[in-house]
Amino acid sequence: MTDALLVIDGLTKRFGGVTASDGIDLAVPAGELHAIIGPNGAGKTTLIGELTGEITPDAGRIHFAGHDITALPVHARSRLGLARSFQITSLFNDFTALDNVALAVQAHSGHSFQFWRDARKDAALREPARGTLARVGLAGRENVIVASMSHGEHRQLEIAMALATRPRMLLLDEPMAGMGPEESVRMIALLRELKRDLTILLIEHDMDAVFALADRISVLVYGRVIASGEPAAIRANAEVRKAYLGEQDGQRDGDA
Amino acid sequence: MTAWLTPRNVVVAALLVFLALVPVYSALTANTFLMTLFTRIVILAMAATSLNLILGYGGMVSFGHAVYLGIGGYAIGILAHEGIGSGFIQWPVAIAASALFALGVGALSLRTRGLYFIMITLAFAQLVYYFGVGLDRYGADDGLNIYRRSQFVDPINLSNRTQFYYWCFVLLVASIYLTWRIVNSRFGLVIQGARSNDRRMQAIGFPTYRYRLICFVIAGTMCGLAGALLANHTEFVSPAMMHWTRSGDLIVMVVLGGMASTFGPLIGAVTLLVLEETLPILIKLVATPFAGAAASRAAEYWQIVLGPLFLLVVLFARGGINGLLESMRRD
Repeated sequence: MTDALLVIDGLTKRFGGVTASDGIDLAVPAGELHAIIGPNGAGKTTLIGELTGEITPDAGRIHFAGHDITALPVHARSRLGLARSFQITSLFNDFTALDNVALAVQAHSGHSFQFWRDARKDAALREPARGTLARVGLAGRENVIVASMSHGEHRQLEIAMALATRPRMLLLDEPMAGMGPEESVRMIALLRELKRDLTILLIEHDMDAVFALADRISVLVYGRVIASGEPAAIRANAEVRKAYLGEQDGQRDGDA
Repeated sequence: MTAWLTPRNVVVAALLVFLALVPVYSALTANTFLMTLFTRIVILAMAATSLNLILGYGGMVSFGHAVYLGIGGYAIGILAHEGIGSGFIQWPVAIAASALFALGVGALSLRTRGLYFIMITLAFAQLVYYFGVGLDRYGADDGLNIYRRSQFVDPINLSNRTQFYYWCFVLLVASIYLTWRIVNSRFGLVIQGARSNDRRMQAIGFPTYRYRLICFVIAGTMCGLAGALLANHTEFVSPAMMHWTRSGDLIVMVVLGGMASTFGPLIGAVTLLVLEETLPILIKLVATPFAGAAASRAAEYWQIVLGPLFLLVVLFARGGINGLLESMRRD
């Protein structure tokens, strides 16, 4: 086995007759931004589920930072420094933005069997949470109830939640989903900055974002990695063009 | 200073002062009925406060919470029946039995969600209910008389009704304060986070099951203590204490008063139980001029008035009475 931060080895998952992950092998070395692209139904969401622990694979192993995490529950993977964002925003809607991020900080500040002191006055939780909100561009929005924030702000908060757990690696599930062009530009700038400190596995439909950010790209089709390499190589790969990028080219031709 | 003078705070303060003065009024007017009624209200408000911890803050809809009233009560009744009258034994047994039962029920039921959770907590409560019905040695479904209240050392005398009332009142206020501290602590935020979005809680690294389980045990224990008080108050225990309709009453108190609010359960318990006593009298009063002798028959159907009242609160005041009072502040 290599010394990559995340190593996926022969990962397989079947749902009835559908093979959502078909012997996926993938290694993401520390510091890399690795993007996974593929048409709808390619098994990207299943892969994220297997990596975060919400879906148990039928076969194969996942190693993270030297640990075999294949059988670890969701919360234990977070503890090891593997953080995720959700494709469909998943926040504490009835809490303030600061409460949301402070909870993520709290999750990694020892156990929470503390029954007496007011956690909302705990500087050890609030200050890092403020810092994280500022980092994703939400300074000044600390005390807004999440339910009344905009979609773009929710996406930023999604990233903040993951960052506040002080992870070694981020699993970002379509962070650009549903964003307008301006918001996407800001998100790309944020991810470019995060890329300097963190290893990132990015699942994204927005091809501009993927080719702007990724060090390497893997293409997933019907649960298989059909190609893996640098953006230029992926762009030139005939099989990829046929399976995925070709579709879009075809559309563009049709439009023209 | 004036920031504190909100309608809700005024009502709560007035309610607490009123509750503190009930024995005084009762002594001045020699009205023991009022004292008996409010001892019951204070004890059940404590039970509702414990339910609010899991139902309101934790989102765990237990439909069997009255079982802890029964377990706490039977611990007192059975020990008294067997000749062990010391409160120093009775009360720790009542507390420990409730805690252990909550641990067992919670460990199983918290693996499920939604309707399944409701049904499992209900099933366990019914199990204990029928167990009580089958306890021939302890009165079966007729119940069991308690001939002496729990014995403590000298200045503490639960047989003195005024003193007993104040013990109940102090324990109620302590429960409300404790719940308030808990829900705003790190532990409490984990509980509330798990209510709001358990999936995200797991994803940011919380093993939520164990926190929710401990919360479930705290609530059960607190309610078991209320059960010990209730047994001492009525000097009687019977399976009826933990019938599922009692659990329903506790839910009504919490929802009526305001879920996930500090004083909601107290407000709800007072409202429900006072209405239970006064609605029949009111109906009789209003109906007598029209219906004559039939008015007292009509008064038996006071629940026809209570039901729609409860429905109105659920439909139009999602935060219960507490929420209504808080929304008045902005006007």
